[in-house]
Amino acid sequence: MSTPASKIPPALPLATEQLDALTALGKSMRPEALLWSSGYLAGLAAATGSAVTAPDAPAATQTESDAQLTILYGSQTGNGQRLAEELAVQAAQRSVSARIVNMADYRAQEIKKETAVALIVSTHGEGDPPDDAEALYEYLHSDRAPKLASLNYTVLALGDSSYAQFCQTGIDFDERLAELGASRLHNRVDCDTDYAAAAEAWADATLTAANEHLGASSVRSVPTLHAVQSARYTAEHPLAAEVIVNQKITGRASTKDVRHVEFDLSGSGLEYQPGDALGVVVANPPVLVDEFCDVLSLDRDIDVDGTSLATLLSERFEITVASRAFVERYAELAGSDGLKALLADDAREQLVAYIADRQIIDIVREHPSSPDAARFVECLRPLKPRLYSIASSPLVSEDEVAVTVAAVRYEAFGRPHWGAASTHLADRTDVGDVLSVYVEANPRFRLPEDPAAAVIMIGPGTGVAPFRAFLEHRDATGASGKNWLFFGDRNSREDFLYQLDWARYRKRGLLTNMDVAFSRDQADKVYVQDRLREHAAELFAWLEEGAHIYVCGDASQMAPDVHEALLDVIAAGLGKGRDAAEDYLKTLRRAGRYQRDVY
Amino acid sequence: MSDKKPLSDVERIKTESRQLRGTLSDSLVDRLTGAIAADDTQLSKFHGIYQQDDRDLRAERRKQMLEPAFSFMIRARIPGGRMTPDQWLAFDAIGREYANDSVRVTTRQAIQFHGVIKRELKTTMQAINASLLDTLAACGDVNRNVMAPANPALSPVHDAVQAAAKSLSDHLCPRTGAYHEVWLDGEKLDVGGEEVEPIYGKTYLPRKFKTGFVIPPDNDVDVYSQDLGFVAVVEDDQLAGFNVLVGGGMGMSHGEPATYPRLASTIGFCKPNAVNAVAEAVVTTQRDFGDRTNRKHARLKYTIDTHGVDWFRDQVNERLPTPLAPPRDVLFTHTGDRYGWHQSRDGSWNHTFFIENGRIRDTEDRALMTAFRTLAEQGIGEFILTPNQNVILAGLTDAERDAADALIEQYKLGSDSVSALRGASIACVGFPTCGLAMAESERYMPELVTHVDALLAKHGIADVPIVARMTGCPNGCARPYLAEIGLVGKAPGRYNLLLGAAFNGERMNRLYRENIDEAEILATLDALLGDFARERAAAEHFGDFLIRTGVIAYVGASDNFHVAAA
Repeated sequence: MSTPASKIPPALPLATEQLDALTALGKSMRPEALLWSSGYLAGLAAATGSAVTAPDAPAATQTESDAQLTILYGSQTGNGQRLAEELAVQAAQRSVSARIVNMADYRAQEIKKETAVALIVSTHGEGDPPDDAEALYEYLHSDRAPKLASLNYTVLALGDSSYAQFCQTGIDFDERLAELGASRLHNRVDCDTDYAAAAEAWADATLTAANEHLGASSVRSVPTLHAVQSARYTAEHPLAAEVIVNQKITGRASTKDVRHVEFDLSGSGLEYQPGDALGVVVANPPVLVDEFCDVLSLDRDIDVDGTSLATLLSERFEITVASRAFVERYAELAGSDGLKALLADDAREQLVAYIADRQIIDIVREHPSSPDAARFVECLRPLKPRLYSIASSPLVSEDEVAVTVAAVRYEAFGRPHWGAASTHLADRTDVGDVLSVYVEANPRFRLPEDPAAAVIMIGPGTGVAPFRAFLEHRDATGASGKNWLFFGDRNSREDFLYQLDWARYRKRGLLTNMDVAFSRDQADKVYVQDRLREHAAELFAWLEEGAHIYVCGDASQMAPDVHEALLDVIAAGLGKGRDAAEDYLKTLRRAGRYQRDVY
Repeated sequence: MSDKKPLSDVERIKTESRQLRGTLSDSLVDRLTGAIAADDTQLSKFHGIYQQDDRDLRAERRKQMLEPAFSFMIRARIPGGRMTPDQWLAFDAIGREYANDSVRVTTRQAIQFHGVIKRELKTTMQAINASLLDTLAACGDVNRNVMAPANPALSPVHDAVQAAAKSLSDHLCPRTGAYHEVWLDGEKLDVGGEEVEPIYGKTYLPRKFKTGFVIPPDNDVDVYSQDLGFVAVVEDDQLAGFNVLVGGGMGMSHGEPATYPRLASTIGFCKPNAVNAVAEAVVTTQRDFGDRTNRKHARLKYTIDTHGVDWFRDQVNERLPTPLAPPRDVLFTHTGDRYGWHQSRDGSWNHTFFIENGRIRDTEDRALMTAFRTLAEQGIGEFILTPNQNVILAGLTDAERDAADALIEQYKLGSDSVSALRGASIACVGFPTCGLAMAESERYMPELVTHVDALLAKHGIADVPIVARMTGCPNGCARPYLAEIGLVGKAPGRYNLLLGAAFNGERMNRLYRENIDEAEILATLDALLGDFARERAAAEHFGDFLIRTGVIAYVGASDNFHVAAA
């Protein structure tokens, strides 16, 4: 299960014999030997000047993982933190390079890159991990947990032997890490409430082992070889990707259902950049398909050119979003004078409003007919994949891609309505399901090439998604430029999308500024454009220093409102009128410093 | 402190706080979080405010990448628990407008609001202030709400003792302008100007400090649980003075034997006019000698046990113009409230209402919050919060009593159907708001009492009052170590069972069973209550019975709490 062969991508530049030999050799070696060998081989490749494409893991992720001891702690009472801090102090005294991280602040995926970890964790209630440790605990115990063959670790388990599940969380971590292929620096120590002596002995042994270990492994962090050839996936030839996370990220009392959905890309070679969109092939809501068959008095199993009507309505044709073309064709099919009247030249505006308010089912209900199945299907457009702004950086989530999806559900004309794609992801997709996806490049929505340039991001609602990717990327690349995020939604308690991410970035200083507008937190509705105007002087100063502006989200209301606000900000900053502001913004746009991804 | 241990971090926060200001004003306007800055969460306590979060939602929200559902508990300072009807109405309105549609009577005769969100915190504080009450020093390392006997009908010196409590509350109140500045938009402290806290100094006390007055034979304030207790000595219906008790305290931590609850020690007697001076001497001794390196060893009880009671008495006497006199004999009979109507010597009436665990809200069964609002709207009498989390409407004329009776009837406020056990039980708040809770308390206690009542009925002793108290953690807000049946939460659904305290609050209980669930609690009590029913001496209380029969080994001194029970 943990053989290297299973991780080697299909496009392997090795002969079978070579692979077998390498596999056997790898199995026979201890982790230290493996590490040394990987460095040796990498050096050999460099020395021979071979044309092997450099492994495409980013530079930044390597620099962070210089061999050091990571002290991870998680406890409810502060004892864990204290012990971790003591260990860090002793490490410094003994010249062991170490860093100390609260598990709550630790990105679980980082553990793949660790060489040596000292883990201090307590146990609560009936053998439960403390709050701070939960995320890491769940990640390691999930199917997504990575192989950790290069990790060396040791666990200090804190507990209270009056509980039945004494030190259970520490035991779980210890056993799970071993299962994942990691090696023990030395054995776990379980501490009761009088932990001082045991903890001290553990710390001593940990540092002795870490010293030997880290000293010996000066060569490390050679990333695993990736497929050199990046596969090309398109709408026509999408990638079958497994959904590995489908998490509602609005609160229990929210009026919205927004999902964070992650797909597994491992082994696919699918590449993307922050700013790109993910195309997702979706199906229509089954209840809506049934409704069509019902309203049109058609049998769902009727064969249309070799495929059942239900399948066509479900997977091939657009049956939610109405269009002029549909109205034209259906008016003819149904012989509806009412619809035909809407198609008259002088009814253009009426038609636009009519279509905007209705899904196809509403039009069919209002203008019923009993058509031939094949002829009805001819009225419809093919079902297109839906595009979602990618909410992750490939530098942070190497084998994953995330999108942010607001489930569209509403009542109209006395009936429930659904967005086809959003509810497909929110309601009809479980973790483990496989969907077809591809990357839709968005070269007009890119981070500045100059990492020192400041970035102003305006993304209310799910418009914030690409900015999560931007910030992850800026973080991973160590970009020195300032970052300012404007976010807005309805209610701060329920709708603060990715709140914990922003909090972490603010704490670390990555987010220089963040301003939020929650329209329903107070009597007067406040929006992001209001916050822009409130901070006019500072915003203009950023622009003068060369900041790039990005806007993502709603095209009909938000983007024009934000545009107006930016004009006000610039006019005030220039001390000139609107024309000058428009010129200024135009110049920014031409220079690629005002980019929008609105829909 | 020769070994120079580092001060606890809270000491740093206090020192840097500019007399409790910290960065509270900035924290309040930070829109990125419903929380206040970490250091400010320590300082807000001095202003009567605890940051909490809905623990029912904690795990769910972490997955949602949302911060915890932060809200704030605000505790008012109400010396002796006295409120006018107008103040009651103001608090009722605040509870409905800003808190979770309820008000909570505490075990220290105060009122708490739960679930106030940050952006409404200041408005709420201003509403409390407009009622002419405040929240300053309701929490924090200062003297907290001063307790006093609740029921005016029980003693001729009641008013004099209440007046002493109020006077002491004022005397020990912090002088900082931070409260006005942060909450009431008061004037800012001049740059470089230094306020003086004449009693507390720059870093206040090492830990919280609790004071209570009591008039024997009622021990409703549980005077032995207080850091500083004043026990009224009554001669010829006159207040002769007070016995002075020091070093009581309930809090401890599971699995840390160096922490323990302790009964207060009697160190002398003082005249009524010396109360403030004596209190100041005790407080400043604790200020100067309390342990500021370890928050778990910082209460007055540890200072006294470190140096000895005699040393402490000497310290206090040195700070007094006249040393304390020898203590007088006093006799306590019980700690509970007396429900229903009672008449004071001046002929006025008061009615004690049973409020289960102090929670006043409207439910499907009973419109309790509406009922008290309606009573307050009559504008009659005075509301008194009791240390047992109940409410007294006091000072009514005969006619007013009739009017109140009609409402008591209408809203089913009578306590006749409340069992003896339930009437003598209290519980702390616990889940979901309290950050310290390890197990359910207020939400579970009523159900457990129902089960235990069934056992009492089975054994034919349903009318025997037994003091039962539950807390969701070992810190002791509901004074569980002074309960005949004490239940202290260890984990969801699991409690330590402590037994054998005195009915009158003079003897603590002992750990009897550790970390047990409901079935085991009930099985254990079933057996013991059966024995009690069969072998009980006349008028014997359950706690005393367990001591007499050796089920609980009575070890005497209060500092041996952790000695095994049997």
